[in-house]
Parts: sequence; C-alpha cells; structure tokens
Amino acid sequence: MSEFEPGRGKRLGMVVGGSLLDGMAVRLDSGDSVEDMAVGRYVVVEGRKKKFFGMITDVTLGTIDKQIEITPPDMADPFVAEIIAGASTFGTVHVAPMLTLGLDAVSILDGPQPVKTVPSHFSEVREASEEDVALVFGREDASHFYVGTPLDMETKVCLDLKRFGERSSGIFGKSGTGKTFLTRILLIGLVQKGAAANLIFDMHNEYGWEGSSEGEQTRTVKGLKQLFPAKVAVFTLDEESSRARKVLTDFTVQIGYDQVEPEDIEMLSELLRLSPRAMDAIGFLLKKFGSSRWLEAFLSIESTEERDELAESLGVYSSTLRALNMSLSRLRRLKFLVPRTVEDSVQMILGYLDRGQNVVLEFGRYSDLLAYVLVANILTRRIHSRYVDATERAMGDKNQQPRQLVITIEEAHKFLNPGVAKQTIFGTIAREMRKYNVTLLVVDQRPSEIDEEVMSQIGTRITCLLDNEKDIDAVLTGISGKNELRTVLAKLETKQQALVVGHAVPMPVVIRTRDYGSPESYRDLGFASAAELRRRADKDNDDLFGDRS
Amino acid sequence: MALRVGEVIESNTTGFIAQCYELHAAPAFGSLVRVSDGALSTYGLVYDVTTSSIDPGRRPIARGKDEEDEAAVFRNNPQLAKLFRTDFTCLVAGYGEAGRIYHFLPPAPPRVHAFVHICTLEEVADFSGSLDFLANLVAPGFPGPGDELAGAFLRLASRARADDGFLVRAGKELAVLLSGDLRRLNAILRRMKP
Ligand SMILES: Nc1ncnc2c1ncn2[C@@H]1O[C@H](COP(=O)(O)OP(=O)(O)O)[C@@H](O)[C@H]1O
Ligand SMILES: [Mg+2]
Repeated sequence: MSEFEPGRGKRLGMVVGGSLLDGMAVRLDSGDSVEDMAVGRYVVVEGRKKKFFGMITDVTLGTIDKQIEITPPDMADPFVAEIIAGASTFGTVHVAPMLTLGLDAVSILDGPQPVKTVPSHFSEVREASEEDVALVFGREDASHFYVGTPLDMETKVCLDLKRFGERSSGIFGKSGTGKTFLTRILLIGLVQKGAAANLIFDMHNEYGWEGSSEGEQTRTVKGLKQLFPAKVAVFTLDEESSRARKVLTDFTVQIGYDQVEPEDIEMLSELLRLSPRAMDAIGFLLKKFGSSRWLEAFLSIESTEERDELAESLGVYSSTLRALNMSLSRLRRLKFLVPRTVEDSVQMILGYLDRGQNVVLEFGRYSDLLAYVLVANILTRRIHSRYVDATERAMGDKNQQPRQLVITIEEAHKFLNPGVAKQTIFGTIAREMRKYNVTLLVVDQRPSEIDEEVMSQIGTRITCLLDNEKDIDAVLTGISGKNELRTVLAKLETKQQALVVGHAVPMPVVIRTRDYGSPESYRDLGFASAAELRRRADKDNDDLFGDRS
Repeated sequence: MALRVGEVIESNTTGFIAQCYELHAAPAFGSLVRVSDGALSTYGLVYDVTTSSIDPGRRPIARGKDEEDEAAVFRNNPQLAKLFRTDFTCLVAGYGEAGRIYHFLPPAPPRVHAFVHICTLEEVADFSGSLDFLANLVAPGFPGPGDELAGAFLRLASRARADDGFLVRAGKELAVLLSGDLRRLNAILRRMKP
C-alpha cells in the first residue's frame, strides 16, 4: 500500500463512517494536512467490489481527547507538533459519494452509475487521478465539449451539449465571476458541435463581434462572428453603435408599434413605473384602437388637450393618461421602435436560423433593461409561436421538426420572476420544456428572483460564486446533496470557477473554466490563427455559395 | 559481540531479575538485554537496578573519610566488592526464535542462571522495528517507572537506528496509547526528545 501508484491518485485516508444521505467521513492519514484539502476536490473511494466517485464537501478537525482543546500541547516545539498532528488530532474530510463504477469488464463498459450504497468501513480513499476523472466526464467528441478542468487537475471536464440544449439551462453567479465568459465558451461549443441553433439577446454587445476582458489590462476577445463568420449573423438594434465599433452587421432590427402588446408593457410596468390604474387604461385603449394600433394611436397624440379628451372618452382620469404618457414617452426615445417597419425582423431571424445560422442581436447603446426586456419579449414571443406551428405541423415527424433552438437571455430574472413568469413567453418556454424544440439559456446574477417552478425546469445549472444565501438556495433546489454542494458553492474562487450540476454532466463537478481570450485558447478550440480563420471563412462561403473560381 | 553481564537469578512470565558479575556494572536503565536460553532468546528492558549488601541484615558503613577518592575506598578494602551485589530487573519485551523476533511474551520465562547479554546497537535496531511493546510500558499496572523507561529505550533505539522518523513514529504510537492522558504524553515526549 504505497502512497503513490501509477494511474491512481495519492492516498488520503480511509472511510470511517457515514451514510448515503449524509456522505462519508474520511479520516485523513496522519501525514496529510487538512490544509492540503480543498472542498470541491474530487476523490475516489476504493471499495471492495466497486469504485466510488465523490467530492470533498467539508473538512473538519478532530481530536482524540477533548482535553487537548483545553490545554493545548506545546506546539512551538516542532517535535511535539509533528507527533500530535495526525495522532492526537486528525483531519476528517466529508465526501459526498456521487457515482459508482464496477471493477469488472462488463460494468466498466456500462460506465458510471448513480450511487445506491456506500463503500465499506476502512475503504481506501484517494485523490481522483486524471484517468478516473476522464472516465466520468468523458472525452471530447461529437457532442461532448470541453468546458474546464476540475480543481487542481489537468483532465478535461466535458459537457454533453446535446443534453445541455435539450432542456433550459442556466449560468449563475455574482457580477464579475465569469458568467459572460462561460456563456461565450458554451455558445462556441453549441455552434461548433452544431448541437443547437442559437439566438442570443446580447445586452452588452459581448458575444457578436468581440468582447472585453478586464484583467490587469483590458483586452478584447473574439466573439462568435470572428470565429464562425459563416455560421453567425450579427443583428443590431443600434446600427450607429455597431458601425462605430466596426462590427459588420447582417441586419438592423426595427420593431413596429403594432408589434407591442399590452403583455410587453405589463412586463415593463416596474421599469416604467406604471400604476395599476395606468395598466387598466391600456386595457381601455386596446378596446378602442385594437391590439395593433393602440400604442401608435396613443403615442401620436401630441397635445395635452387632445389626451385629456381621450381620457374623457375612455372614462378614465385625465391624470391617469398624463401619467401613462409620461411613462410611455420613454419608449419614444428608443429609435428602433417605429410606427411601421419595412422588414419583418422575426421573419429575418427565422430565415437565418432555418439556414443553420446563429443570430446574435446586439443592443448597441440600448443597454438598459427597458429596451432589453421589451425587445427580447416581443421577438421571442413571435419566434416561439412559429416554432409551435412548425412543430405541430411536423406531427411528430422528427425530420420535419424545426431544429433545436437555444435562446440566450441575460438578467433573466426580469423575465422569469414570480410576478411575471406565469404570463411571459419565457416562463412558458421554460415550463413546456423541450416540447417545441425551444429552450432557454438564462444568465443571471440573482437566481433567487427567478420563479421557483421555472428554476425547477432548468436542467443544467452552472454556477459561479454566489454569496447570497437565497441565491445559493435557489440554484440548488431539487438537487440531491444540496447541503454539501452549498458549502462548495460558497467557497468558489471569485473568478473563473463554477459548479456544474444537472442534465449535461454525470455528477456535480467544480471546474476551473477553460481560459478564453489568449491565442492558445483559440488554438485549443481548433482555430489555428487569423490566417487560418480567413481561409476557413472563404471555404465556408464556397460551400454555401459554390466555388467562385 | 554482545557483552555478557550476568545471570538470571529470579524469573517469571513477565519479567526477570539478573545479578551482575561485577559490582556496579549493570546495563544502563532502559537498555535492551538478551537472555539466551537454548533455542529461545528472551529480550528484556532494564528498568530497575539495585546494589545492596549480600547480607540484608548488615548495613554498610562509611569508609572514605581519609581516602583521596572513591576508587581508593574499594582498593584499600578489597573485601567490599564481595560484600555487595548489583542486581537489575527487566521487563520481558519479547523473544527471538529461529531468527525471528516476536514482540509478545515467550512461552516460558528464562531459566535461573541463564546468561544475560547487553544487546548490540544492531540488535536494538532490529528489535525496535515494531513498537508493540510500548503498550506494556505505559499500561496502568506496570511495576516500574514505565514512562521513564519508554523514554530511555526510545532514545537508545533512535540512536541505534539512525532514523529521524523513528521518534516521531514512536511518539505517534504513544499519542494513541495515551489518548486519554495528555499530561503523561507530554511528559514522555519531553523525555524522548532528540
Ligand atoms: N474563462 C475565462 N478565461 C479568461 N478570463 C476569464 C474567464 N472567466 C472570467 N474571466 C475574467 O473575469 C472577468 C469577468 O468575467 P465576466 O464573464 O465578464 O463576468 P460576469 O459576466 O459574471 O460579470 C473577465 O473580464 C475576464 O478577465
Ligand atoms: Mg457579464
């Protein structure tokens, strides 16, 4: 029994107790310091018949004798200190068992299985080796995409992107923890593996052409269009801003007043400070002008007198309409909102998606919530309804069904909070799951504000550091081993580390997110160099439009 | 070669008393001795050394008032060396048979008049390969100064083994044995400190 053996991780200690529900207590060998342990690290327990994979969820200090706590020995003496450590005092780590792997040939083929029991007393516990981790998280292949490495390891943790896109997923974490970087990496994966078509509501213009990295010095990182020029279209709401940033856009989105429905305004009631009375007034306007004319009719009124007259004819207080006007006039400032549109943006987006393209919608300078919530809601509602039609027309014929679509939204709680989730299209998409081949990728820093029912439908949750108890609770609802994972979550580094749980991974795992933004990172993703990128772009174009020569 | 120092004069299953051939020539407290007794050798740890008059009824009287030094007392009174004896008491710490060392009690105690040798450092190193005997030394019923004995023997063994980790390993063994008595543990640790 040596400490190191090839293919096996370093020996840590042995199982001394525990249960399936509460996890196992592992007494550390005396030579091992608790200071070398890390919550979230991945271990292997070698039972007699099975190998168990688990994760360190807690580290505690134990003493054989309570007296030692009252009259501590002379630890200044290195000799005494060395003896006491591990003999009179010892470290215990708690390990949550996650998966088992039989040791015979047949069960190795079956791969990891969920745990149904615990290893026997005194089973040996080791750090998981690279081989062990590779066994569990697989290798990159047609649907598995490398997202990061386990803590202190080089092995790749791969996400099953097919499963990832099949159900709604979420990326959570405080501001500055790496959500945007993770999202971008996952989107690259989805595009590269062709696992789904993507529609990205890009509030801060980070995904389309380029984003920025705030390290010691700010630098730009490539967006999707630079990596996949032929597979990504950048739409913009603010052509001027896009041009100023030298972004080649494919289409400028405009939204007609006629496309704005009262539901959209209701979502904005908080942002626009609309009173319930004002909402009622909208109801009356709707009755009078119809759903496609009400907004235009109302906003086209220029004088107060005229507005007061309208109030009288509707039977509402004139003060109500004045207040409503004040609120809605903020919409006038949104240049992309026009009485009539020339081209139908939804039609354009669907066209691109149909052709296997991915669409990033940049918001340009409209990076406030008002524009974001309004546009995302309007477009998604209509796209979803087309998907419903198309799926129903396909009548179960898989080949006729529209391609899986993943819609990425940030500040997701604005669309999915309990107050609105029942009515909004995003709530509907999250709840109906994959019935119509549309799912969400929600990015949010306040998961506790997302409706619980919606949260329970989020299949894969990738969570960076969260420090608010309620947020931590929210992302862990319905997940087994919640208490253990809670500790893990609270202890993540402030950047570039995340806990991945759910549908797309065989077991919860803490990763250091793969690096993004350096030349090596692009090479790792299979993009050799700028020259290579250009060459590939030409080739893609040739494939699409035929050889030009 | 192991030095022969005396003969067993009393023995039982767990210990024996030996008399030294020379007055005041007992092995040091805490040293390891071997009693060779046919096929079996019994190992003992010296924990009590007594020098006394051969006639328990007679007490010695002081004789050195006019002598220059202590040695002169014996030189000028040659009968003294015959009137006193030095005995040492040992704990049976294990036995050897057919080239193997066992750290538990031998099937029979050493016989009276069996020869007692002081073990060489090499033998000490071999014997201290296992620390099982420590439990006997710190056990509650031990008749001698067990904690002192443990400290003394461990210092000797560490010298014999020239192994830095040895004292730490032994210390850890003691820490487990004395888990309920930290004060005693500390006292022993202070005694065995390198
Ligand atoms: N995977 C990564 N590779 C390189 N840098 C990263 C990575 N993740 C995070 N960072 C760094 O952390 C900063 C904050 O990340 P970001 O994704 O913008 O956080 P958030 O969206 O959660 O506010 C980035 O500007 C970048 O410097
Ligand atoms: Mg961000």
